[in-house]
Amino acid sequence: MAREGAARGSPEGTRLALLLLMAPALVWLVGLIVLPHVELAVLSLRTRVAPRVYEFGLDQYRTFVDEPLYWHTFVRTAAISLLATACTLLIAFPTAWYIAKIARGRAKSLLFVLCLIPFWVSEAVRTLGWMILLRESGVLPRLLVDVGVTDAPVEMLYHDATILVGLVYTSLLFMVVPLVGALESLDDSLIEAAYDLGGTGATILRDIVVPHAAPGIVAGCIVVFMLTIGNYLTPTLLGGKNSLWFTEQIYTQFITRFNWEQGAAFGFLLLLLSTAIVWIGLALGGQRFGDVMRRS
Amino acid sequence: MQQDLEVDRVTKRYGAHVAVDALSLDVAHGSFFSILGPSGCGKTTLLRMIAGFLVPDEGDVRIGSKSMRGVPPNRRPVNMVFQHLALFPMMSVGDNVGYGLARRGVATGEIARRVGAMLARVGLPGAQGKRIDQLSGGQKQRVAIARSLVLEPTLLLLDEPLGALDLKLREHMKIELKQLQAAFGTTFVYITHDQSEALVLSDRVAVMSAGRFEQVGTPQELYYRPATPFVAGFVGANNRIAGTATRVDADLVELATPGGLTLRAGAGGTIAVGDPVEAFVRPEALALARSAAELSPAAQRFDGRVQNLLFDGANSAVLVREARTRAEIRIALPQTGRFSDLEVGEAIAFGFEPQRAVCFRASGHGA
Repeated sequence: MAREGAARGSPEGTRLALLLLMAPALVWLVGLIVLPHVELAVLSLRTRVAPRVYEFGLDQYRTFVDEPLYWHTFVRTAAISLLATACTLLIAFPTAWYIAKIARGRAKSLLFVLCLIPFWVSEAVRTLGWMILLRESGVLPRLLVDVGVTDAPVEMLYHDATILVGLVYTSLLFMVVPLVGALESLDDSLIEAAYDLGGTGATILRDIVVPHAAPGIVAGCIVVFMLTIGNYLTPTLLGGKNSLWFTEQIYTQFITRFNWEQGAAFGFLLLLLSTAIVWIGLALGGQRFGDVMRRS
Repeated sequence: MQQDLEVDRVTKRYGAHVAVDALSLDVAHGSFFSILGPSGCGKTTLLRMIAGFLVPDEGDVRIGSKSMRGVPPNRRPVNMVFQHLALFPMMSVGDNVGYGLARRGVATGEIARRVGAMLARVGLPGAQGKRIDQLSGGQKQRVAIARSLVLEPTLLLLDEPLGALDLKLREHMKIELKQLQAAFGTTFVYITHDQSEALVLSDRVAVMSAGRFEQVGTPQELYYRPATPFVAGFVGANNRIAGTATRVDADLVELATPGGLTLRAGAGGTIAVGDPVEAFVRPEALALARSAAELSPAAQRFDGRVQNLLFDGANSAVLVREARTRAEIRIALPQTGRFSDLEVGEAIAFGFEPQRAVCFRASGHGA
């Protein structure tokens, strides 16, 4: 009966086929994402009252609110991530514009590859590269002394700006790719028509280019923001002990303190934060999540 | 008469390729001027130099008697209707039409008033709030023209705007464009590769080939008195007959084809005996008859056999093979219906008056 149903394309048959096709994705989604998060949620909602004795409670979240260091780090991580996303957009937009609209043929593929090349080495190696450049005895401080800008080598690591540079550098490709896609689909004659009707560079950017590229811009910003706020390596290496990055707090709770309950609560707070900011971003950009992901 | 556009010996090169070669042209105020040529002849390059998107290597473009040297497109009193119209999909119809006015800093209320009036004039009253993708092909066309004309340009440039439309709509929009131009009185410069569009729409047409003008004239002049073999072959249907000049007297040339056909045609330019020549005879200049005696005494007469019937309503024609040389000739069927019973393989007489054919010296290689 079932086979006959499938052969005739009956609703049950189609549904079964769809279910089978989606099975790998569902297994992945449920097994690796939903289940661990349910486990984390349960973990974050219990309090240890005695060794191996737990009670349901919101203590972990209360600790977060009561301890200024935690929520300061939380707000700081969000702010720097937003700033890094904005900086990435500002740098990636002209780059993407050049690749999509000005470069032709071989130059175009070459530029794309140039954006990609840094990603052939691991993030750790890339970040260590920055450390070699920026540390007190490194290349850049020495160069500044040689040129005569500074009298003595300056420590360039362990500043907020250093973290920002590292984060922008790591994220650039993920902003350039959706932007190139969005800008390539913009018909050049729209720009010419706007110019012909009296538009200037600035008004054309505002009226034609940005509205057209909006889904690409929003998609790039979401990806970069999520990568940045969840980044662990770059802030830790480039910011050192002062970095105060929220993922470090989570790491500390899980690994150093062995306080999984607190770590799980922090993990959930980070998830809520990035969800909230992405939602606000979509609302401000007037975009729908599905459209953005389809266009990127 | 005041010239709205003067193009003065303008040249544009791309590397070794000369796209536009020392071209000059004048367009009178309020006229409809077309530039007709095959793709790659340089007509788009010329139009883009007038609009200001390209800078000529040599020569000058003057619009309303003012030199446009160094004036960018957004400051020229010229607007352009693009090939694919280039309406802004992110804006409503009203915002599209009002875009140029807003860039000029016109007050919002005044923009709304002028946009409303303009949309009413192009037959789309109240369409301000519509989205671009809600419009039909013909409506988009009208919005694109309204968007340009609302700025009251000295000159409107049109870059094959009908190219993307299907045949039926194209025929309809042709008439609409001509009526719009007459109603607004704006000078139109129109480029196309479609000779029918150029002939129907224009007051004057320039036929362009390989960066130069072959001939500039009214549609009638181009059709009835082509100046070069290119114009004769490109504008309207024509039978092209290549051969060698065997006799020249006054303005008549007698030529013989390699196949042995001899015929006489009016001379276009100076031709000497022995020159390789090309003669052009329009299908409608050829008369058909069931017997040679029915043809006019002034006509030179030939016999042939019907090879193919090409029925196309008012444009119906018949392909005839000349009896002796097997040369293929296209002849228009008269509208009277006299030959509606013609059959393939039927013997038929045909002829034409020499003055209705034109003969040129073949270009260079004597094709």
